Amino acid sequence: MSDWIDIAPLENVPQRGARMIKTAFGCIAVFRTAEDEVFALENACPHKAGPLAEGIVHGKSVTCPLHNWVISLETGEAQGADEGRVATYPARVENGSILLDRAFLKARTKGGVAA
Amino acid sequence: MRQKLIVIGAGMATGRMLEALVEAEADYDITLINGEPRGNYNRIMLSPVLSGEKAYAEIVTHDDEWYKLYKIKTRFGCFVQNIDREKRTVTTDAGEVLPYDKLVFGTGSNPFVIPLPGHDLAGVIAYRDLEDTQRMMDLGPAHKCVVIGGGLLGLEAAAGMAARGVDVTVVHIMGHLMERQLDEAAGYLLRRALVDKGIAVKCTANSKEILGENGRVKALLLDDGTELPCDLLVMAVGIRPNVKLAQDSGLAVGKGIHVDDQMITSDADVLAVGECVEHDGAIFGLVAPLYDQAKVAAQTLMGQQAQFVQKEISTKLKVTGCDLFSAGDFADGEGREDIVFRDPGRGVYRRLVIADNIVKGAVMYGDTADSNWFFGLIRDKTDISDMRDTLIFGPAYQGGTPLDPLAAVAALPRDAEICGCNGICKGQIEEAIAAGATDLGAVRLTTKASGSCGTCTGLVEQVLAVTLGDEFVMPAAAVICGCTDMTHEDVRRMIKSQRLMSMPAVWQECGWKTSCGCHVCRPALNFYLLADWPLEYQDDPQSRFINERKHANIQKDGTFSVVPRMWGGITTPDELRAIADAADKYAVPTVKVTGGQRIDLLGVKGEDLPDIWADLNAAGMVSGHAYSKGLRTVKTCVGTDHCRFGTQDSTGLGIKLEKELWGSWTPHKLKLGVSGCPRNCAEATCKDIGVICVDSGYQVSIGGAAGMDVRETELMVQVATEDEAIDVIKAVTQLYRENAKYLDRIYKWMGKVGLDWIKERVETEGPALVERFELSQSIYRKDPWADHVQTKADRYRPLANLSLEAAE
Repeated sequence: MSDWIDIAPLENVPQRGARMIKTAFGCIAVFRTAEDEVFALENACPHKAGPLAEGIVHGKSVTCPLHNWVISLETGEAQGADEGRVATYPARVENGSILLDRAFLKARTKGGVAA
Repeated sequence: MRQKLIVIGAGMATGRMLEALVEAEADYDITLINGEPRGNYNRIMLSPVLSGEKAYAEIVTHDDEWYKLYKIKTRFGCFVQNIDREKRTVTTDAGEVLPYDKLVFGTGSNPFVIPLPGHDLAGVIAYRDLEDTQRMMDLGPAHKCVVIGGGLLGLEAAAGMAARGVDVTVVHIMGHLMERQLDEAAGYLLRRALVDKGIAVKCTANSKEILGENGRVKALLLDDGTELPCDLLVMAVGIRPNVKLAQDSGLAVGKGIHVDDQMITSDADVLAVGECVEHDGAIFGLVAPLYDQAKVAAQTLMGQQAQFVQKEISTKLKVTGCDLFSAGDFADGEGREDIVFRDPGRGVYRRLVIADNIVKGAVMYGDTADSNWFFGLIRDKTDISDMRDTLIFGPAYQGGTPLDPLAAVAALPRDAEICGCNGICKGQIEEAIAAGATDLGAVRLTTKASGSCGTCTGLVEQVLAVTLGDEFVMPAAAVICGCTDMTHEDVRRMIKSQRLMSMPAVWQECGWKTSCGCHVCRPALNFYLLADWPLEYQDDPQSRFINERKHANIQKDGTFSVVPRMWGGITTPDELRAIADAADKYAVPTVKVTGGQRIDLLGVKGEDLPDIWADLNAAGMVSGHAYSKGLRTVKTCVGTDHCRFGTQDSTGLGIKLEKELWGSWTPHKLKLGVSGCPRNCAEATCKDIGVICVDSGYQVSIGGAAGMDVRETELMVQVATEDEAIDVIKAVTQLYRENAKYLDRIYKWMGKVGLDWIKERVETEGPALVERFELSQSIYRKDPWADHVQTKADRYRPLANLSLEAAE
């Protein structure tokens, strides 16, 4: 059973941009692409924990602002020669609102958070 | 006894349903009621009527003869007053009471009218029916019309009126036209085609008020203060299902009248079809599903089994000369990939969105000949894995060669300027090649193309390659990134010579291979566009590195550093107190004095930025741009004010320079220094631009650096007065902005073009360069901190705080 939490209106996140969400176990980055897709990822690059929400969004990837690692928004995998992965969480848009699955909070309390 | 059927509304859906009924000789005694004083006509053909390509008579689907032939009773220009579903009667506004056994709603939709002040003035209309069309046709040439809405209907209205000689402006709230059907790139091509037809297009434009005079519309006022005079204002911003009558009759209504798969409403004897219905959460505005509904409704009425199924729909714009097609879903959803094809020469753009080897959506512009084939792939969910490599080229494509990276240059017209310094066009280079100049050196010798600053070298080589084919071997050039085969220099020349003023324009005309660039090319393009088109191009924060997007320097832990500007390195006790207070208030862990004579507050949380800026603003301080590829600092010594060796007021000149140059964006960071005498205490000779004051005036030198490379500046010019020094520095800064590659500091750029070339240009074009610099500064010489505090402080805070939210 999915239990979707209404986070915020889609327009509060700029196209090709991201905003950060605080949780009791660290921050999540919510991305919006040029096509109005949304993705939720751990807000910490697998390299040196750079805040991915501050990166440049292109296609369905984000480039970390610290050392230019490119992370896939769909899989959380580092692209190209870099290796690493950040946790991704289900996210979707409905009636102009960004929704996250409450299960992501549960996943995080179980130690799903990247160190 | 024959059953009685009443149909309310003579639209496209009910028209098709009536045809199906009479064709099958259904056993009904039919009455058709319509509010418009006429019967069924092809509403989607109103646009060709407006543009003069068709006459009204040609779009009538059913005339009086037809109704007579099939014994359909008509009540035209007549409205339904109320419906009594218990007694099963309909009462018209003429007082007539008509009994029914079955009732069909085809009440269509109402145009949505934005409740702007003045929307009820005479001359403000929607675009819905023949009356609206007639009023547009009556306007006559040389009148002005504003169309609000850059969607399908608005653009058809605009094109139709433009074809009749009306001066039309389209005002659209979104960033590109038809954003629901098209992506940015196709939106750009469409806009270009409409502008070529003489239609003015304003995107990202918010309407504020409709201004009138003596009760008639006079102009549209936008919220940026622009006034667009007009004699007629057409609102084409969307439609809403017309559900009022259904609601008043007690039928189940949501966005539209609820119907099931058989088109039956919440009352078993009442059906609904067309734009007024809501089926499975969806409402309908395009004609294909309406025809399907009409067929199903007819079968249901005849007691046959039928089911309405929602299908993929496609859109084509009915504007002559704008060939575009959009189908399926090219947004939303995970696991999707793009295939993009651009042919700048023919103005062709194609994009397919693929998921799980199935085409989900397609956008095509310029050449839509294959659109039905692609639409078939979407509708049939065809597995395309076997033809994926060649899919984008369409059904006729067999095997073949990869895309030609020279296509963009091959497509340039003969009069396209290649070499800006010497004014050499593509045609002249081709002639030189034909006359025997078959390598770069020879072309340079005979035409001078690429012989001055050299930034067009890549383009000249491409012209050689296109003209000579295999006889010319292209030297390997460094392309910007994987999104393009072009170099920075090529793209800069294309932006200037082809007047490309938006990112989608560059992507299309330079054949970008990705849909929206990447973190390498986007910041470069954003700079090139704002440097070359300061008024026309709107800076795109999303294409900037975080430091320039949030106007602070990101640190390794994700916090930021904040550096307020200190003009010429001069501060006051009040400013220092305000900085100290801010450091305390926001618990700033580190306060450091910088090399550029300022104070750096390190470790500020991103969400505190607007607050700390507001505090610093209140003390009169502005952003120091310590984060920008732009003017950083002007370092000064104390000069004649205090120093016993000073020859000029170096501090005063430094402050003046900083006040003139601040806020400007440059290819890389730009640091200045002004020393009051040759002892050079301000270290001016290792800055990008340095001034050494001497008794007889000011020595301006450029190309210093003290970073990975350490360079001493080289003297550009000596001038006698402060004003001359300021002008020369503005001129060389503008020359650098207009010509250098993104992320080249002045010394690198100077290494490519040569100091002599720079000197000559500054000398011969100084005033024009200064003027262009000032034009750009009229936009950019302002404090981004104050702006963000006012307009986007929210963006700095978390989107949501779920810290207290339970997991279950």
